[in-house]
Amino acid sequence: MNNINENKLLEIKDLRVSFFTPAGEVKAVAGISYDLGYGEVMGIVGESGSGKSVEAYSIMGLLQSPGEIIGGSITFEGEDVLAYSDNQMVDFRGNKVAMIFQNPMTCLNPVYTIGNQLTEALRAHNKDISAADAHKKAVEMLELVGINNIEKRMKQYPHEFSGGMRQRVMIAMGLICSPKLLIADEPTTALDVTIQAQILELMKDLQKKTKMGIIFITHNLGVVAEICDKVSVMYAGRIVEQGSVNDIFYKPAHPYTLGLLRSMPRVDAEEYERLIPIEGTPVDMCCPPEGCLFAPRCESCMQICLKKSPPYVELGDGHRSACWLRVQENMNNKEEQANG
Amino acid sequence: MDDKVLLQVQNLHKYFHVKGMKGPGVQAVENVSFAIKKGETLGLVGESGCGKTTLGRTILRLHEPTKGQIIYDGKTIYDSGNLEIAELDANGNQVLDKDGKPLTKKSKKIAVDMLPYRRKMQIIFQDPSASLDPRMTVGEIIGEAIDIHKLTRSKTERLEMIKSLLSDVGLNTEHANRFPHEFSGGQQQRVGIARALAVKPEFIVCDEPISALDVSIQSQIVNMLEDMQNELGLTFLFIAHDLSVVRHISNRIGVMYLGALVELGESYELNKHPLHPYTKTLLSAVPVPDPEKSRARQRIVLEGDIPSPMNPPTGCRFHTRCPYAKPICKEAIPEFKEYDKGHWAACHILD
Repeated sequence: MNNINENKLLEIKDLRVSFFTPAGEVKAVAGISYDLGYGEVMGIVGESGSGKSVEAYSIMGLLQSPGEIIGGSITFEGEDVLAYSDNQMVDFRGNKVAMIFQNPMTCLNPVYTIGNQLTEALRAHNKDISAADAHKKAVEMLELVGINNIEKRMKQYPHEFSGGMRQRVMIAMGLICSPKLLIADEPTTALDVTIQAQILELMKDLQKKTKMGIIFITHNLGVVAEICDKVSVMYAGRIVEQGSVNDIFYKPAHPYTLGLLRSMPRVDAEEYERLIPIEGTPVDMCCPPEGCLFAPRCESCMQICLKKSPPYVELGDGHRSACWLRVQENMNNKEEQANG
Repeated sequence: MDDKVLLQVQNLHKYFHVKGMKGPGVQAVENVSFAIKKGETLGLVGESGCGKTTLGRTILRLHEPTKGQIIYDGKTIYDSGNLEIAELDANGNQVLDKDGKPLTKKSKKIAVDMLPYRRKMQIIFQDPSASLDPRMTVGEIIGEAIDIHKLTRSKTERLEMIKSLLSDVGLNTEHANRFPHEFSGGQQQRVGIARALAVKPEFIVCDEPISALDVSIQSQIVNMLEDMQNELGLTFLFIAHDLSVVRHISNRIGVMYLGALVELGESYELNKHPLHPYTKTLLSAVPVPDPEKSRARQRIVLEGDIPSPMNPPTGCRFHTRCPYAKPICKEAIPEFKEYDKGHWAACHILD
């Protein structure tokens, strides 16, 4: 069990992030754990405010005040990321882990050309590279992400690019230092479905070529089904269910996951079926209720759910769910075994 | 749903003039014609910038049309004049002459005062937080519509009406004294819906009412709109870019590309047997929340981006990205024709 870290690209254990606001402590991420192997694509699904972006920002060391990591560990290729010095962090960011953001317009600098920004990313991490080499590498990257007419495009500014093209530039910029892990924070949410399809195809293609690990943050379950190997479903700062993509879609073991799947109209449905929504509204993170945070919206809520936070129940092959229903099932099974 | 046509749009154009530019400017809506029956939901889908929102607003004359005709409940509310239009009977069917050819006539310019029609035609906007005045309480927001149309005689009656509207959309009556920022996105959208319902309209343009909401809230709003339609007999023009939601809620779907309507048909029929190549790509681009199905299927990925509506391609507007484009597509604008019963499309390849 000693070499377990060597097979894992990223390991997060019991990560806790809180925001200390005038209204009190907001536990944006309240103890999440997962690991990611080389070349794996992990989807993180959740509503807005569920803490999925905060968790990504803490991996990148981009958390801003009043946000603070108050516990847990982040291990990247066996090294403790949280213990990095500022200089080490600069090397880590970009070189080993890159991030692409939801809105490509606000993430590109409007007063520099695309070529300028791409080569800047490269030269910031590699001081020895010559301007000509950096230019060559930037052209290669743009070619990789499918941009035509590159020499002209290199001299253009972000406003001259369409939304889909800007997102391609963002991906090129993220990949230019060949990172081992790419964090994609809702990269297709701001795009049209046809452009989203283009970007997803591109990311699948790049993932095959480069064998990098991807953390794909989204609220679109359709996108998850298409691109991810593993899925973590987040609700109110916790991972409520985790498993392979097939486990999550075909054997959902948490009422929230089930609710999400049932509340979506399916594009392959044969006829009209009324949607089954999850009633109620997301938790107010300033004053969360006791017990399971999903309990107020849960249709199978029990007495214990309102009092105690549920533990994880392992359902085999890395599939686990934090729900008292599963705990009860387990106990019943054990009783049956003892009796039988 | 009965067979009476509530809203009829004929050859509607909307151009936005661009300062310092020659030519017609941005051609946001180009020659769109369709009819909506009473109690029906017509869905409109298309990429951003295809003119679906502009079309919705032009129908309500929030934008003045450039050319075309809008008929609401048998009365012409806008006519740009001098149009060659087919003569229609009360049911919206074409009147034929002795030889069986449709009769045409020249129209007169008409632009009616919209105030009485505002009571009948309403809109729900996409961004709930931007469409509610932050300095007005929810009660004032809903009450404003009641005041403008003088729907109540006394203050108590007005308050009762506001309360009943709030409870209709699933909010508490004491929410009337709160400001929009005190609500979540889903609740704000409920306020927007209550405001639209305040004047007891017959027809509502739903302009991407759920796009800004969380997944778990979206289905709540969709179900609520469906219930309201059943109870109040409303007619919807439902605009969205999410095909799965549009298909779920609509009786018929219109697909728009670069200002033009390219296909119109019954929603399940259109999903099963799409005619236009653009509809096919749009359908194949929607991610399916089922890992095995979504990985097994073949997807048509369009090359490039949507062209600028300031300078749209000649002929069929889709020919620059169409995988099946032929030389004729570049030259002639395809006619919007009925290929199956109630299933219309505009494409040369289908001929």
